[in-house]
Amino acid sequence: MTASVDDVRAAVDAAYRDEWGQVVATLIGLIRDWDLAEDCAQEAFASALETWPRDGIPKRPGAWLTTTARNRATDRLRRDAAGREKLRQLAVLAEPVPEPDEIADERLRLIFTCCHPALPFEARVALTLRTLAGLSTVEIAKAFLTAEPTMAQRLVRAKRKIAEAGIPYRVPPAELLPERLAAVLAVLYLIFNQGYDEHDGDRALTAEAIHLARVLVQLMPAEPEPRGLLALMLFNEARRASRTDDGVLVTLEQQDRSAWDQAMIAEGVAVLDQALAIRRTGPYQVQAAIAACHATAADSASTDWPQIAALYAQLARLAPSPVVELNRAVAVAMSDGIAAGLALVDELAESGRLDGYHLLPATRADLLRRDGRVAEAKVAYEQALRLAPTDAERRYLSSRLHSL
Amino acid sequence: MKYVLLICDDESRSPSNEELAADPVHQAWLADLQRRDVRLYGLRLRPVETATSVRVRDGETLVSDGPFAETKDFVGGLVVIDCADLDEAIAIAAGHPYARWGGVEIRPVWE
Repeated sequence: MTASVDDVRAAVDAAYRDEWGQVVATLIGLIRDWDLAEDCAQEAFASALETWPRDGIPKRPGAWLTTTARNRATDRLRRDAAGREKLRQLAVLAEPVPEPDEIADERLRLIFTCCHPALPFEARVALTLRTLAGLSTVEIAKAFLTAEPTMAQRLVRAKRKIAEAGIPYRVPPAELLPERLAAVLAVLYLIFNQGYDEHDGDRALTAEAIHLARVLVQLMPAEPEPRGLLALMLFNEARRASRTDDGVLVTLEQQDRSAWDQAMIAEGVAVLDQALAIRRTGPYQVQAAIAACHATAADSASTDWPQIAALYAQLARLAPSPVVELNRAVAVAMSDGIAAGLALVDELAESGRLDGYHLLPATRADLLRRDGRVAEAKVAYEQALRLAPTDAERRYLSSRLHSL
Repeated sequence: MKYVLLICDDESRSPSNEELAADPVHQAWLADLQRRDVRLYGLRLRPVETATSVRVRDGETLVSDGPFAETKDFVGGLVVIDCADLDEAIAIAAGHPYARWGGVEIRPVWE
């Protein structure tokens, strides 16, 4: 039962996307050696490219890859004395390749181990991308705008700390779950935003973050926040095509709504409903609810601003931050009038908590412009331009300034 | 795994040994250690004003008053434990009374 080279290439690519995390997680669970696990998983995928054209594509590629990788690991461990000792301690030989259900559990363990609060935040993100998503060190370095050797160092250090400081390979007990889950969700959202904020966006990163959020939802069905995060990501991703125009940022108000992915929005609404039905509100659910208001409005004018303002007030209570306050000010301006919104913005500016943040003067400028206070708006746009961090934003702000 | 817990604070408050022993948080912490059966060794250090630092440079011994490191928090004591993993060490460290105003640094022992 041979298979064509193209079919095999497609099957291996699909398996890499869908099963890499499972294969690595299962191997780490068996041999407790991160580097060996990754090496052997890599070899198993290479071996698939060689043998599948001859033997045919297996019915369960994930199981085939896991078995092959495990056999590689066993061979390698047998070759040296320390490895033989390790083999005696571990159940690598005896254990059958786990069923998909158990594998799901392994992956959850892997996520929680990668996102352990004893690791530096950037290392958590990098390690998650590397071991669960199978991204190469080069790709991760690129996403973080760091040099490859720096990123490689960071990964080596993180793996070493897991081994030497005794970070357990497990899902934390119930009492630690909320705190640890928050870190996992933060990492996934950061991965998503990393792919979303990029000038043209990095679809592979946003897709991976959405995929990992789906895994988390599937693994922790009783927790509402993973669903909240998944819904939030889906709403944002659905608007991707209309977010920029020739490298210039397009505001929500001016986006072409016919370019929004309606299937993705519908899925986001369904996922958010499931989350809200659990009746334990958290910051991701509230952010998703805000995104849902935007995503489901027929046009900019019919956006439910009073609802959005109320949701931001709730978010400010759940996860207080000056950026949330700024967003609330915009929503208040849209629902209660510009004067009310501007008062909140000025209050924030006086507090000094957003000094140096370009969106504060940009928001002020926009509200002043809407209010017809052109001269003041110009000054604020110029302020914002000096602080804006990306080209897309600078282009947007200067186009606004020149249209006044 | 063996860990050393470095009990740190800025010494702005300094309970006597008696006060510390009577602190319900400290009592609960000791009870927790006993229940877990993980404590190997522990000691409390006198305040940093009693510290003396020694360095040898170019064969010359330099002795000076005060602690070696200039940091906000100083090590005030250490506890050696042998427990399952970092999560258990974190749980133990979080129960120490000094965690409320100073901090506890967990260091795995090189074995």
